Amino acid sequence: MNETFLRRNLQPIVIWALLLTVPFWLPLFGGYTALAGRVLVFALAAMSFNMLLGFTGIMSFGHAAYFGLGAYGCGLFLKFVYASTPLAMLAGTLLGGIAGTLFGLLLVRRRGVYFAMVTIAFGQVCFYIAYKWDDLTGGYDGLRGFARAPIDLGLTKIDIQNNGTALYFFILLVFGVAAAAQGFVLRSPFGRTMLAIRENERRARFLGIPIEKHIWLSFSISCFFTALAGSLYALLNNFADPQGLTYVMSGNIVMITIMGGMRVFWGPLIGAVLFVALQDYVSSAWPTTWMGVVGVVFVSVVLFFPRGLMGMLQKRAGT
Amino acid sequence: MSTVPKLEIRNATKQFGSLVAVSNVSMVVQPGELRAVIGPNGAGKTTFFNLITGFFPPTSGEILLDGQTINHIPAAGRVKLGMGRTFQITEIFPELTVRENARIAVETGLGFSLRAWLNAADKKKVADASDEVMTMANLTSKADRLVGELSHGDQRSAEIAMALALKPTLLLLDEPTAGMGDEETFQVTGLIRRLHRDSKYTIVLIEHDMRVVFHLADTISVLAEGKLLAQGTPAEIAANEHVQNAYLGKAE
Repeated sequence: MNETFLRRNLQPIVIWALLLTVPFWLPLFGGYTALAGRVLVFALAAMSFNMLLGFTGIMSFGHAAYFGLGAYGCGLFLKFVYASTPLAMLAGTLLGGIAGTLFGLLLVRRRGVYFAMVTIAFGQVCFYIAYKWDDLTGGYDGLRGFARAPIDLGLTKIDIQNNGTALYFFILLVFGVAAAAQGFVLRSPFGRTMLAIRENERRARFLGIPIEKHIWLSFSISCFFTALAGSLYALLNNFADPQGLTYVMSGNIVMITIMGGMRVFWGPLIGAVLFVALQDYVSSAWPTTWMGVVGVVFVSVVLFFPRGLMGMLQKRAGT
Repeated sequence: MSTVPKLEIRNATKQFGSLVAVSNVSMVVQPGELRAVIGPNGAGKTTFFNLITGFFPPTSGEILLDGQTINHIPAAGRVKLGMGRTFQITEIFPELTVRENARIAVETGLGFSLRAWLNAADKKKVADASDEVMTMANLTSKADRLVGELSHGDQRSAEIAMALALKPTLLLLDEPTAGMGDEETFQVTGLIRRLHRDSKYTIVLIEHDMRVVFHLADTISVLAEGKLLAQGTPAEIAANEHVQNAYLGKAE
């Protein structure tokens, strides 16, 4: 019983053991804790995106919009409303999530390329708004002038502004709760209808599943989680970047997901590790051409491991 | 004549532009009956099925289920009224296991598809119902295999199991043995017979394989060029001259 429990849950156990001990082993590889925070933020964004691509079978090419709205919502709240980190995150998550929910209404009847195109268009609209609305958003320079507020626990305050390790564990906590919530959704009867839609939309429809409603809901859920990742990104950098709203960012989310393994729950986390590591190490060596290296790695992974790195590992292990 | 027919079609016509795919077809299917709809390729059989299941509305005519008109009810609503359907090309969830395929169908049938969680009683209900349809389809031993990896016959059985999971009172099977070898045809035919004889389902099926049709059906309707050519018992149909000319006499 105990042994089978270990074997069945080997993957999450290893992953959590590694994530919880990051501050101890990452410096050995020349990394720094903020890098691990970036990994978690991108992983959460890509895992949220993967609920659509990997589990509902729908390709959104504009997830940067919700990521960016989450970041701006969080930053604007901290700057103009109130210096509370949790409330700012809530504001960012609601902004991106509600925008995605409303926009999703226009999307649910589109499929394939048309779906992807409309999502790109909405992302670009958000980018131009952030770009043009100088007074509020800081325009091209991005939103600055806000800082993470300490987490007030009543008895004590956790200083996530100056203590990098505390910030990492704060992000890890949010990541963990969000990942658990996503796992919960995916294992629910509703989550199984997402798989049904991915596998065979016609069959699902003739079972009596209202397809449009379910696609809309899964899009909405995905956008809320993506916006949460965006709000963490604003906290991590004390900065919200209009570039983070463009299709380039959307493309990064897609690449992270596919490299790590869509259809695999933890796939995007592995993809994010690879992506952030490449971004950090390669860009310091070749500042102008690092994207080319990422491209080569991406193409290689797609060619040789069509199910992504995690998908391949899972097949090897026979689980 | 006191019983209400399970399914009744009154003067159904379906036109696509100038093409009349189904022309003035009427049909009455009694509860517990196994009706086969046969006809050469392009006779309008699948169009006829699509009218019954609500894939599109008829140009004219009326469709009644249990004596009530269902013309205005869309496909999903007809599923809720008890119509289960399988397709000419097997429609399943290939990268999920047999159990998951059955479970999704059961949960949808029970109205759980928007639930975020199930309590223990509901979970048990779902598990029991999934086991039941897998047993009916003889798939229990393959419950944890991916449906996409199974043989054609087993895939078809899985599809029928999913239709059964919705607790239909009327089963519509579009060419259940299409593209199958003898052994698989035998397997699926056996399943359909069990459903008809033992579980008393009302079944309407489209079929090309004449051995299957004459073996299974209580009554046969013959469509040709969208029109109803003949209707009757297998013996009557076999003896019908028009049918022989239009269909049976010709080499397949």
